This record gives sequence, structure tokens and C-alpha cells, in this order.
Amino acid sequence: MSNSNHTNTYRRKFLAQSAAVAGLAIAPGIILNQVAHAKSDADKASSANRWGMLIDTNKCNKGCTDCVTACKTENAWGAGETHSSEEQQAQWIRKVTITDKQTGHVQSLPLMCQHCETAPCVDVCPTGASMKREDGIVQVDKHICIGCRYCMMACPYKARSFIHEKLELQKPTAPRGIGTVESCNMCAHRVDKGQDPACVEACSNAQHGAMLFGDLKDANSAISIELKKHGGEQIRADLGLNTGVRYQGL
Amino acid sequence: MMSFRQFAKHLVILVGLTALPILSNAGDLGPTPPKAKMNFSDNSKCVKPIADIRRNHMELLKHKRDETMREGVRTKDNSLVECIDCHVTPNKKGEYARFGEDEHFCSSCHNYAAVNVDCFDCHSDLPEDAAKILRSSNNPHNMTEGGKK
Repeated sequence: MSNSNHTNTYRRKFLAQSAAVAGLAIAPGIILNQVAHAKSDADKASSANRWGMLIDTNKCNKGCTDCVTACKTENAWGAGETHSSEEQQAQWIRKVTITDKQTGHVQSLPLMCQHCETAPCVDVCPTGASMKREDGIVQVDKHICIGCRYCMMACPYKARSFIHEKLELQKPTAPRGIGTVESCNMCAHRVDKGQDPACVEACSNAQHGAMLFGDLKDANSAISIELKKHGGEQIRADLGLNTGVRYQGL
Repeated sequence: MMSFRQFAKHLVILVGLTALPILSNAGDLGPTPPKAKMNFSDNSKCVKPIADIRRNHMELLKHKRDETMREGVRTKDNSLVECIDCHVTPNKKGEYARFGEDEHFCSSCHNYAAVNVDCFDCHSDLPEDAAKILRSSNNPHNMTEGGKK
């Protein structure tokens, strides 16, 4: 009897340990993310979190635009704006190619709203439409946006666009319409459900894994661990905006 | 001084003019919004008593919109998307009326009362199931679901 008890205890410990090891080994990022995201529908976005993204430009494939396509699909932009010129059309996220003239080194990276801690777009907005959520997501409250486009001028990353024409058939999760400014909102509707933004998911599905999403305030999140270990640069760090989107390999 | 005969004539005309709009509208029973998909619960047809929701739906929606938009609260209570999903229904042919047409749930009353709303400048006037189909079929350049090439 006592022998079998011993066996059971040993067995239980062994199983528990191997489960823990397997969990960590398979996907530490995913597991940590799920814990960090845990927010019920009724919960408000909290300042205990700050959502951020880390983009490894060395892993970013030069010809690949999966993140852009995923964003278009998720938020239903990039089609239907047939009366707007190319310069006028929406651009929540775009691929940018940088060439070092001295070495000829070519880099490719996705650029979108950098979700600044001290966002110039929020500063300049005359109505309070350009806003930062408690959890660091910067977005436009189109209900009170008057379409002045001051935020578009203030943004150093050219991350915002203005809707010039009447739209229809928007996604329930991404309302957008004439006369308002819009930009990447880090897929707030997905983040609220505990999912990664659409671009990050697409990058991971394409096996590139160049984009990492997570909580910058959680020291144990995959993104925080990676940032602590290898660092991450801000684009235009000289502006002191403390961006939520960081880059490696720039 | 007006004679009695003149006075009576004026009175008849006055009464006649007052009654004209009432008479011409005889048989108009007000707006006829299409029926919702289902009752909200066994006890209640809608999320609030009908009189309350008719009077105050805009306040509920406005409150909810700020909670969701600015604070990330994603509950279904008083959500515009939930209203649309239940109230905007296809006709017998399976076609959906669009906002602006008298057959659309929202515009059936809003057209009647001549109250303009901006909700559908940004929000879809159809449930996502129906919008998804139109999104892919409407637009040859569509990059979104279904139209993805």
C-alpha cells in the first residue's frame, strides 16, 4: 500500500515536472501571453499593462507583405476607396525598405503607429479624439474626430491617414468612415480578447516570426525578456516619445 | 365688422385646413420597422422595455460606445453590433435593406421622424454575415476576405 503511494507521488511529480518543461519548451511566448492577456469582456483596459511590439528587421522578409494584407483583411481597409488617389488612400501599416548607401545593405520593415507614450498626435488633438488607452494603445475616437488632420501633421512616423470618401460594409470591429482620421490601433479588439494583432499572427503564420507582441510592463513576457536580453531601438529615439513599437537590427 | 355669415365661412375654412393633414394621413399607422430575429428573453422582447428603448436607445448606445472605444469594455450589453445583428433581417427573398431605405430597421423610424443619424457613416448597417458576402462580391479590387487574390 505504502509502496503504491510512493509510486503515485513519484508519478505525480514526474508528470507535473514534464508538463511544466513541455509547456516552457514548446511555446513560452504563447503561454506567457495568455496569462498576460487574461482580461474578461467587462474589464477595462488597465494601466497595469502596456502593449508593445518588437520587430526584428533581420527576420523580416523583403518581398513579404503578409502583415499588411492581414491588417487589410482584419480591419477592411485598402479596398473600396476607389475615388481617393493613392496618396489619399488608407495606410494603417506599410512595408518600408531602407538602403544603407555606404554598404548597400538593404533592410525591410513594417511601419505603423508606434504607440508612443507621449504621443504628439494626442497632444495636438483639439477635441480629445486622438487618445491613448490606459494600456498604451493610441487610437482615434472617430465619434468626436472633426477631421482637422492636425494629428497627421504631428505624427513623425506618417502613420495616420484620412478617409476622403463615403465607405460601407465596414467590419463590426473596425468602424471607419468619411471625414475622420485613422491609424493602427494594435487590433485593440483582438488584444481585448487575448489575441495577438493580425499582423503579428500573419508574420508568425508565414514562419518569419519577425514580430513579437506582448506586455512591456510584465517583466516575464516574451517581449520584455527579449528586450532586456538584446535591446530594441526606437525609430527617431531622439524625439523621446518612448514608443511601444521597437525594432531590432536597424 | 364681420357679418355672421362671413365669420361662419372663415370658421369652416379654418377647421377644414386644420383637419386636412389629419385626414390625409388617415390610415398612416406610423413607421413599420421589420421584426427582430428573436425575443431577447422569455420575459422581454428587447434588452429594455420597448417604450424605454424607443425613447432612450441613443443614450444607451452613446454610453456603451465610450466604454468600448475608450476603455476597452467588450460586453454585449447595449452594443450597436448586437442591435444590428438582431434587428437587421433579410426579407422573404433573402435580401437585406440598406440604411436609408424604409425597410431597414433603423431608417424605418428615422426616415419617418426625419431624424438624421451618422452612425452608419462608420458602422456597417448590416450584420457581418451579410456584409462579408457583399464585401467580396461588390468590389473587384477587394483585398479583404473572400476577395483575396
